[in-house]
Amino acid sequence: MSSRRWPAGEDGEGAPRPAGPVQVEELAAGRRSFLRTAAAGAAVAALSGCGDSLEDFFRRRFKELSPEEVARVLERVERRNKERFGKDTTVRADGARPGVEFGYGLDISRCVGCRRCVYACVKENNQSREHPQIHWIQVLEMEKDHGVDLAHADLYYEADAVPRPGKFYFPVQCQQCRNPPCVKTCPTQATWKEPDGIVVIDYDWCIGCRCCMSACPYGARHFNWAVPTLPPEELNPDQHYLGNRPRPKGVVEKCTFCIQRTRRGRYPACVEICPVGARKFGNLLDPESEIRKVMETKRVFIFKEDLATHPQFYYFYAT
Amino acid sequence: MPRTIAKLVLAAALLGPAATGRAAEAGTPAAGPAGGREKLVQAETPPFSEGIFPCSSCHGDLPKNGARRELAFHDEQQSIFSHDPEHLWCLDCHDLQDRDVLHLINGTKVPFAESYRLCGQCHGDKLRDWRLGIHGKRIGQWDGAKVYFLCVNCHNPHSPRFKGVTNVVVEGKATVAPSLEFLKPEPRPRRPEEQRR
Amino acid sequence: MSGVSEFLRGSVREVTTGKRGYWLWVGFLLAAVVVGGVSYAQQARQGLIATNMRDDVSWAFYIGNFTFLVGVAAAAVLLVVPAYVYQWKPIKEVVVLGELLAVSALTMCLLFIAADMGHPERFLHIVPIVGSPNWPRSMLTWDALVLNAYLVLNLVLVLYLLFRTYRGQPYHRKVFLPLVMLSIPTAISTHTVTAFLYNGMASRPYWNASILAPRFIASAFCSGPAVMIVLFQLLRRTFRFEIKDEAIWKIAELMAYAMFLNLFLLGAELFKEYYSAGEHLLYTQYYWQGIGGHRALVPYAWLSLSCSVLAFVLFLVPRTRRSFPTLNLGCLLIWAGVYIEKGMGLIIPGFTPSTLGQIYPYTPTAVEWGVAIGVFGVGFLVFTVLVKIAVPILVGTFRAPGAIATGHDTPEGPGAH
Repeated sequence: MSSRRWPAGEDGEGAPRPAGPVQVEELAAGRRSFLRTAAAGAAVAALSGCGDSLEDFFRRRFKELSPEEVARVLERVERRNKERFGKDTTVRADGARPGVEFGYGLDISRCVGCRRCVYACVKENNQSREHPQIHWIQVLEMEKDHGVDLAHADLYYEADAVPRPGKFYFPVQCQQCRNPPCVKTCPTQATWKEPDGIVVIDYDWCIGCRCCMSACPYGARHFNWAVPTLPPEELNPDQHYLGNRPRPKGVVEKCTFCIQRTRRGRYPACVEICPVGARKFGNLLDPESEIRKVMETKRVFIFKEDLATHPQFYYFYAT
Repeated sequence: MPRTIAKLVLAAALLGPAATGRAAEAGTPAAGPAGGREKLVQAETPPFSEGIFPCSSCHGDLPKNGARRELAFHDEQQSIFSHDPEHLWCLDCHDLQDRDVLHLINGTKVPFAESYRLCGQCHGDKLRDWRLGIHGKRIGQWDGAKVYFLCVNCHNPHSPRFKGVTNVVVEGKATVAPSLEFLKPEPRPRRPEEQRR
Repeated sequence: MSGVSEFLRGSVREVTTGKRGYWLWVGFLLAAVVVGGVSYAQQARQGLIATNMRDDVSWAFYIGNFTFLVGVAAAAVLLVVPAYVYQWKPIKEVVVLGELLAVSALTMCLLFIAADMGHPERFLHIVPIVGSPNWPRSMLTWDALVLNAYLVLNLVLVLYLLFRTYRGQPYHRKVFLPLVMLSIPTAISTHTVTAFLYNGMASRPYWNASILAPRFIASAFCSGPAVMIVLFQLLRRTFRFEIKDEAIWKIAELMAYAMFLNLFLLGAELFKEYYSAGEHLLYTQYYWQGIGGHRALVPYAWLSLSCSVLAFVLFLVPRTRRSFPTLNLGCLLIWAGVYIEKGMGLIIPGFTPSTLGQIYPYTPTAVEWGVAIGVFGVGFLVFTVLVKIAVPILVGTFRAPGAIATGHDTPEGPGAH
């Protein structure tokens, strides 16, 4: 809460501060005229700084907003993006398409652990690069003679070439559970499951209590421990309000199946970048989709199935 | 004679779906290797080595010698050849008469853009999975036009075991080609204790 | 209401008059508060990255302190039942002091929560009507509800009792006793709901054990009343505060039973983990033995156990229980034991190893220590101020002008309570 505006800082401290009275360089003749100018300056500062913040403070939940209010909110986000990064962005709020239930398949007989998906996701979704470094996808190196066993899993593997002998690779990201423990524990309903299956977060409603992070069995939720470090030249301007728009500090974020892409029919960034085609994505309700074919012809399994989270994310071995 | 005809008919019947489908492939957005419902677009041309295609530019004039031997040219492929080298050699896939095409077991000519039909003769399970989109990569729209990649975009047919891929430019178009080196992984994530202030 | 302004003025007078010892204590607490303020300012500026919490261990020092203090708050009022049953005279004093302790502990709880949140200014989002609380599914909304209800209940009770006594008026038993009786289930529910918050997370096998709620109650019963024991002795010496040795020894005896239960439940949990030896043993193992080279918590585990066992012995043996030096040592030991158990022993092993099997050895930063010191400073300061006002009222030296300055006032109705 370092900004002099009130309430402080929820939109990121990168925004320029309004000129306060102490910065007014008035060589006023008399003390009274100086005070008058100072008072006017303070009022202007308070109003310009408070305008956005006041509206934020008193607004309702995103799900309760009317279309006009949503349009105003999106416009405000675009304006703030411009202030923070100096770039024009498009922030959309596409809803879920009827008749769509997303499914994700991950072929662990193919994944070679190259981590291209991790960094494609970082670029596509505007994650903080450092301080803190946030990765929505975490690739675990596991041992072939132990199978999928977290007691023998290494997130921090380094190599000159992958795959390493005797190892296989197991990427983990938000499983978009049908019975999400995070949604259950969130005290403010800042996170919820959309009809197409994506579990989303309203970054402007989240209070940063991190209950959801404790509740998630997959370590899929990540916290902005500081104002995210996001170089303006790397900003992805094509954004979704519930997805990859730049986040403020102090809120939780996670994989949204690239909601800004998938709701417009495109594959998520991780699916497209994977050099071995280990990632499959589609509509579970479409019998001709790749993911349905996977489920029919291969044997899928659920990560931590005993927790009955019923994810929309399926692991399989093609061979 | 009737037996040969019968064999040919049987072969045509077996390869029927692929054979009939082939006319519409290679760049058109209609029926693709999966056979019809989605829009499947082939990714750009097969990743030929620079300046090598069309092969007939050299082989048009050269004598056609079908005897199995070590070649004086094409060392790039010969030196790495590991595609069952005990039993296979160049002309088991490359056509002796027309070097601009490949041939199936029964002699049917197949353009390079349909090389998957060749691979699928032995690797039928991979072909089946590839047609469904389970094997190999697709990009584009999950609900619409998808771009698919040929086997040879990821597997060097002369040394097919997957190692890595690189982005290349072939005839002015960007595509992917198999590399001879394994992929180097991207940097590991920072440990939490490395993210101190 | 007439007399309120005099009451307030008189309270201010009580708080601002004191001997050197009092002022040294207040000065010390104010220094602690300043340390806290400076630390929190740094955290507010930098973000929570100023702590050592990261994605792998997303709750740590602040929440550990919060959990411990919820237990203290709950236990303080639980003395009411034995006070009533064993007919300690005067029950009023025990109840009031217990509630003052509860109020102070709850203040600290709320401050720790606020310090831990990424956006404390968005607290309205959890309030009904203006916000959207995820009630009844989210245990945190229950926690917020019960903690605030308990705080309000205690404040109402205390203010009612003190104000009536201050004015020399009897308090209505029909008002006082039902509220007191209500505070007991409320107290138990605060700690149970907090336990359920952890217990309900299937993602954290270390917490996802039915034994957690009973363990919370047992450890609360151990640690909370220890403060009361020390406090009663202090008040006996500084004010003419009548409470018999037997009453203090009775509290200690009850605590001994609670300590046994606490140790028994710990043993039950250790048996289950080590005997079945599934992969979930890893969390318990990290705490008591360490995993690989990671042994940061191990000394604390054994220290906590030693303190708890030693305190149990001191409280169990009548000779050491009745001797005030060993009794007070026991109080200190059980506080240390339960404090470590609820902080390092509960929160950190719940997160280590992480959900993906990785180990992050967490230790608090200077900022976290600073904020915690500040919060404890505020809590102790609140308690000091409240006691400084309440005790003179209870012993009769602080009365409304014109009120009868007697010792202990009786309630309305026949017979003493």
